[in-house]
Amino acid sequence: MEILILLLALFVLSLFLGVELITKVPPTLHTPLMSGTNAVSGITLVGALLAAGSDSSPLLVNGLGFIAVTLATINVVGGYLVTNRMLAMFKRK
Amino acid sequence: MNPTIVSFVYLVAGILFILGIKGMTKPKTAVRGNTLSALGMLMAVVVTLLDSSIMNYNLIIAGVLVGGIIGATMALKIQMTSMPQMVALLNGFGGGASLTIALAEYYSKLGTAPASFADLLTPVAATAANFGQGPEGTIALVSIGLTVLIGAVTLTGSFVAFAKLQELMKKSYGLPGGPTGNAIFLLAALAAVVALVLNPGNTVAIVSIVGLALLLGLFLVMPIGGADMPVVIALLNSYSGIAAALAGFILGNTVLIVAGSLVGTSGLILTQIMCVAMNRSLANVLFGKMAEGGETVDADEIYAGKVTSAQPDEVAMMLEMAERVVIVPGYGMAMAQAQHAVRELADAMEARGTEVEYGIHPVAGRMPGHMNVLLAEAEVPYDKLVEMDRINPTFEDTDVVIIIGANDVTNPMARESEGSPIYGMPILNVDKAKNVVVIKRSLSPGFAGLPNPLFAMDHTLMVYGDGKKAVIEMTTALSQA
Repeated sequence: MEILILLLALFVLSLFLGVELITKVPPTLHTPLMSGTNAVSGITLVGALLAAGSDSSPLLVNGLGFIAVTLATINVVGGYLVTNRMLAMFKRK
Repeated sequence: MNPTIVSFVYLVAGILFILGIKGMTKPKTAVRGNTLSALGMLMAVVVTLLDSSIMNYNLIIAGVLVGGIIGATMALKIQMTSMPQMVALLNGFGGGASLTIALAEYYSKLGTAPASFADLLTPVAATAANFGQGPEGTIALVSIGLTVLIGAVTLTGSFVAFAKLQELMKKSYGLPGGPTGNAIFLLAALAAVVALVLNPGNTVAIVSIVGLALLLGLFLVMPIGGADMPVVIALLNSYSGIAAALAGFILGNTVLIVAGSLVGTSGLILTQIMCVAMNRSLANVLFGKMAEGGETVDADEIYAGKVTSAQPDEVAMMLEMAERVVIVPGYGMAMAQAQHAVRELADAMEARGTEVEYGIHPVAGRMPGHMNVLLAEAEVPYDKLVEMDRINPTFEDTDVVIIIGANDVTNPMARESEGSPIYGMPILNVDKAKNVVVIKRSLSPGFAGLPNPLFAMDHTLMVYGDGKKAVIEMTTALSQA
């Protein structure tokens, strides 16, 4: 139960931090912000790796894990690369 | 790998994500922020790969290769005009990843090995204890149910959004009963979540959640029109983050919770900004009705005999004399791929000593910040891209406003005509400028379906035709002057 409370506290504090951070992002960068947060949400890759790589699980679980790894990797790789591509355009003068 | 070290690395990854978003608060630090964030991702993935429960790397390598190739190809090939489609797809994949993780976690904890698809529906004798001790088991089950629900809605909703943006789906379809139909689907899905929590071995319940939520995602987005897509994309962005955070609760994983909630709030804040910029509530956008206008406005009555049209070279003559010009881009500029032509016109004017700025309405385009990215692609410096609140007071000192492919966001009815469906929506006050040039294919109405009295004003010139061609002709005429 203590762990749950800790996780919940982490969740709530992250929400508040998110509000503080995101409201400071200028409208100019809203599109890269969205693709960048797409990349961050690819953090589900961490959970996907555990599901795809476990040897003791039924095949179905590994199969779902494979799909999850694929989708999350698209988000991570695609998200960071396209964000970098856009931000580089804003950087040059 | 020692769990303490894993947790510590997750903490560092979380900090790097936060620093990454902090970097996005300024164009100058944004690239570095993105790199820091990617570094955090790499650390979290590597430390997870060293986890002792991962025995079999075949599927992981296959998934990373397939996903990496698809992701990299999309990211490097996509045109800037199609960025809303790309983000819509990424939202969908994020939701899909959370959905499949929750399902994998459910079936692995259930402890059965389904051999066929029929087995997926076979009830299993399981209790909440399969999913964790005491209340943790219940919380894990609730999280599984909600992750599946939100993940599946995000998946299909995003694909519909993609189809609409790509113009594969041009019409709007909805459930009979509209919001009521959707509400029934949502309640049924929530009821299935409750059934799952009460009887964790009820495999029919989890499959029902998947089915109902996939359909709900379709029905939620299908009735929504193209110009409302900025809100939909931002909202689905938020859903994908919330699904990731919930998946964190299933797995007891801190970095998923931190990253997911940052993404969730980001999407929600952007959703709110878009709604404010359209002066509409979220419910109003989602359930698809523009406010019914009081008196119907007759387009012919407004336009008849009052619209002046001009050729690009006539506009060029006007631009020769101008000291200050503001360019107002809209989705039409993206459609015509005219961003480079617009920059060249601005260059030609600046070469003559004219001051040029761009006025950007928050909902111009099909996603938040869409116009800024297009103009940045055309190498327009970002300090020339001016937000609505800052550009509005300057229109009175502006000689010429050039509107390319924007309509509703310049409609003075939003300011003056009480009872108009768009009354109260913040607009760019372009009509205050000394001269207004509108580049547009025809007098057809914008998304709101309203005539725009701006087009009939004495100081407005309409240039009909393809945006890119018209702008290039203006540039040519101006450079020859």
